[in-house]
Amino acid sequence: MTILEIGITFIKVFILVTIVLLHVAYATYCERKVIGHMQARLGPMHVGPHGLLQPIADFVKLFFKEDIIPSNADKPVFFIAPVIGVIAALSSLAVIPLWETFSIANLNIGILYILALSSLGAYSIILAGWASNSKYAFLGGLRASAQVISYEIAIGLSLVGVMMLAGSANLVDIVNAQSMYPFILVQPIAFFVFIMSAIAETNRAPFDLPEAESELVAGYFTEYSGMRFGLFFMAEYVAMFIMSAIATICFLGGWKGPDFWVFSYVPQIVWFLIKVYALIFFYFWIRATLPRYRYDQLMGLGWKLFIPLALANIVITGLVKLF
Amino acid sequence: MGTTKYSLNNDVKSGSLATEELTLSFGPQHPAAHGVLRLVLQLNGETVVRCTPYVGYLHRGIEKLAEHRNYFQIIPLTDRLDYVSSMTNNIGYCIVVEKLFGIDVPERAKFIRTIAAEMSRILSHLLWLGTHALDIGAMTVFLYCFREREKFIDLFERLCGARLTVSYPRIGGVRNDIGNNWLEDLYKLTEEFPMRIEQYETLIDKNRIWLRRTKGIGVISAEDAINMGLSGPLLRGSGVAYDVRKFMPYSAYDKVKWEVPIGKNGDVYDRYRVRMEEFRQSNSIIRQCIEKISSGPIMAQAPKFILPPKDKVLTDIEHLIHHFVLITKGAQTAHHGEIYVATEVPKGELGFYIVSDGTGKPYRMRIRAPSFVHISALPKLCEGALVADVVANIGSIDIVLGECDR
Repeated sequence: MTILEIGITFIKVFILVTIVLLHVAYATYCERKVIGHMQARLGPMHVGPHGLLQPIADFVKLFFKEDIIPSNADKPVFFIAPVIGVIAALSSLAVIPLWETFSIANLNIGILYILALSSLGAYSIILAGWASNSKYAFLGGLRASAQVISYEIAIGLSLVGVMMLAGSANLVDIVNAQSMYPFILVQPIAFFVFIMSAIAETNRAPFDLPEAESELVAGYFTEYSGMRFGLFFMAEYVAMFIMSAIATICFLGGWKGPDFWVFSYVPQIVWFLIKVYALIFFYFWIRATLPRYRYDQLMGLGWKLFIPLALANIVITGLVKLF
Repeated sequence: MGTTKYSLNNDVKSGSLATEELTLSFGPQHPAAHGVLRLVLQLNGETVVRCTPYVGYLHRGIEKLAEHRNYFQIIPLTDRLDYVSSMTNNIGYCIVVEKLFGIDVPERAKFIRTIAAEMSRILSHLLWLGTHALDIGAMTVFLYCFREREKFIDLFERLCGARLTVSYPRIGGVRNDIGNNWLEDLYKLTEEFPMRIEQYETLIDKNRIWLRRTKGIGVISAEDAINMGLSGPLLRGSGVAYDVRKFMPYSAYDKVKWEVPIGKNGDVYDRYRVRMEEFRQSNSIIRQCIEKISSGPIMAQAPKFILPPKDKVLTDIEHLIHHFVLITKGAQTAHHGEIYVATEVPKGELGFYIVSDGTGKPYRMRIRAPSFVHISALPKLCEGALVADVVANIGSIDIVLGECDR
C-alpha cells in the first residue's frame, strides 16, 4: 500500500465519520420530531427555526457538563466502557459500501466483521453496568448480556441464508447478487428475524430492556453524565445506522434502484440512503407504538421463535439451492 | 457489590458458591414509583423475593390540621388528599358534614356534584391510563391521554377557576351555578370522548405485548381482595361487584342508569379493563345528568350552618352578624358523637370518620384512604414476580401518595 493510498483512506475515514456524526445529531432531532408528531405534539421548536439547532445545543450541553464518576466505581473500566461502544460502532462503518465503488475496506468477510464488532459493542454495556457500582446499572448490564447471547445467534443465522444465495460474505458481492431482485422477496423470514433481532441488538424499543426507564431508571448508563453519556448515545445511533445499512445491503438491494426512465439517473447513494432512512423511520415508528417486552418474554421470543425460524430458513434455502 | 469479599476458592472447593440477595431501593426518586412511593425489593436475579413498601414521605398531617379548623375550612385540605381527583374528595367530605348537620342538598346541586365527580373520575383514570401505559413502555398513550385530560381540566377551570385543587363543593351545595354554555360544551366533549377511548384501546388493547405484560400478572382472588380491604377497581377487577355509588347511592347516582363493570381473573389486565369500562360508564352518567338537570337553588336552606350570601353581608346588619358568628365560632352542630360516610372516588372507597363534640371544629377526623389500603396489597402482588411486573402492579393499583400519607 502506497502512502497515497493510505492518505486517501484517511480522507475517506474522515469524511465518513463526519457525515455519520452529523447523521447521529440529526437522527436524534428527526426521532424527536417524528415521534412528536405521532404523539400529537410538535417536538423541539425553540432552538433555531423548527428546532433545527436543537442537536447542536444538546451536543454543547453534553460536552460542557460535569463529568461525574460515582465513588467506588471501577474507574478504568468506567472510562473505557463508552469508548469501546463508540469504537465498535464507528469501525463497523469501514466495510459498509455506500455505493458500488465506495467502501473504506472491501473485506471478503464483511458480514462476519460487522457481527464481530456488534458483539463487541455489547461489552461496553455490560462493562458500564458492572463498573458503575450502582444496582440499577448492574441489572441493566446483566439484562444486556442475556439479550446479546439470545440475539447474536438469531442475527447471525438470519444472514446465513443471504450468504448462501450470494455465495459470498463480501457486502459488495451480496449487493451485486441482487441485480435481478432484492433478497427480501426470497428471504422474507430471514428479513423479519434480522430486523427484529437488530432492534434487540441496538437496545431500541420494544426491546430496550437494558435501559428500561420505568424499571431501571436509565439502566446501564444511569451513572453516566456529560460526554460519556453522549458517547453511549452516539454508539446507539451509529449502531442503528449500521443495522439499517446491513438490512439494506443484504435484503433490499443496497444501492441498486429501478433501472428505467428517470430513475436510472438517480445516484446510487441516494437509493442507499432512502432505504436506510426508511428502516430508521420504522425504528422510530415502533418506538412510538409498542409497549416494552418483559425480560423473560424477550428471551423466550429469541430462543423459541427467532432462532428456530432462522434455522428453518437456512434449511429451506439449502434445499432450494440443492434442487 | 464490592463491599463484601468472598473467598472464591474455598467456596468453589466446598461446592457452595456464596450467593446473596440483592436489595434494591426502588424510589422514592424513581421514574416509575408514582409520587414518593418507596419499595425495598429483595431480588434473586430479576425475581422479587420480598417487597416492602415504605410510606410517609408526603405526610402533611391533614387529619391533625383538620382538628383546628372550622368544618368549612377543611374543604381545601381535602383537595390535597388525592390531588389527581380533588373534586371527589371535596364531595365526599361535604357529604359527611351534611349528614352530621342534617342538611338536605338541593336537587340541582346534587346533579352538578355528580357531573363534576364523574369528570373527576375520568380525569383520574386518564392519568392512571397514561402513566400505567408509560410504565409498561407504551409512551404514545400517555400523551394522547393528556390531550383529553386537558379538555376536561379546561372545563374545570371554567367551572370554578381552578384546574387541580378545585375546592368547588360547599357544605350544603356547590359554590356557584353552572351556565348552559358550559353544559353544552361538556356535552359536546362527551360525544367525542368514547371515540378517544377506542383510540387508546386500539393502541394497547389489541397489542400482543400489552396482553403478555398484563394478563395473569398480579392476580388477586376475590376472597383475598375482600380480606385485604381493597375497594374500587381493584375489588371489581377481582369480580366483586361492589361500588358505593350503587349500594349506598349519594348525589344523583340513583337517578341515572349505569352499570358496575367487573373483571373475572383479578389480574392487571382485568383491572385495566374495569377502568376502561368505567370511562364509558362515567361518560354516560355525565350525559344523563346533563339531560336530566333542572334549574333551582344550588345551596341548601340551612342558615345555621351555611354562610349568608356575600352581597347581603355587605348591606345588611343581621347577615353581617350571622357571618361573623359563623366565621369565628364555626357552624356549631348539636350532634355529639361520631359519623362515618364513604363515597366512591376513582381509587376506591374514600371514607371520612368524624367525631364531633358539638363545637364548630371536628374533635377528630380520620380519613380512610383507598391508596393506603391498596399499598398493603403490593407485597403480595409483587412476591415471586419480576422487576418488570413490579411497575405493572404499581400502575394497576393506581395509588396517589398524597392520599396514602395524608
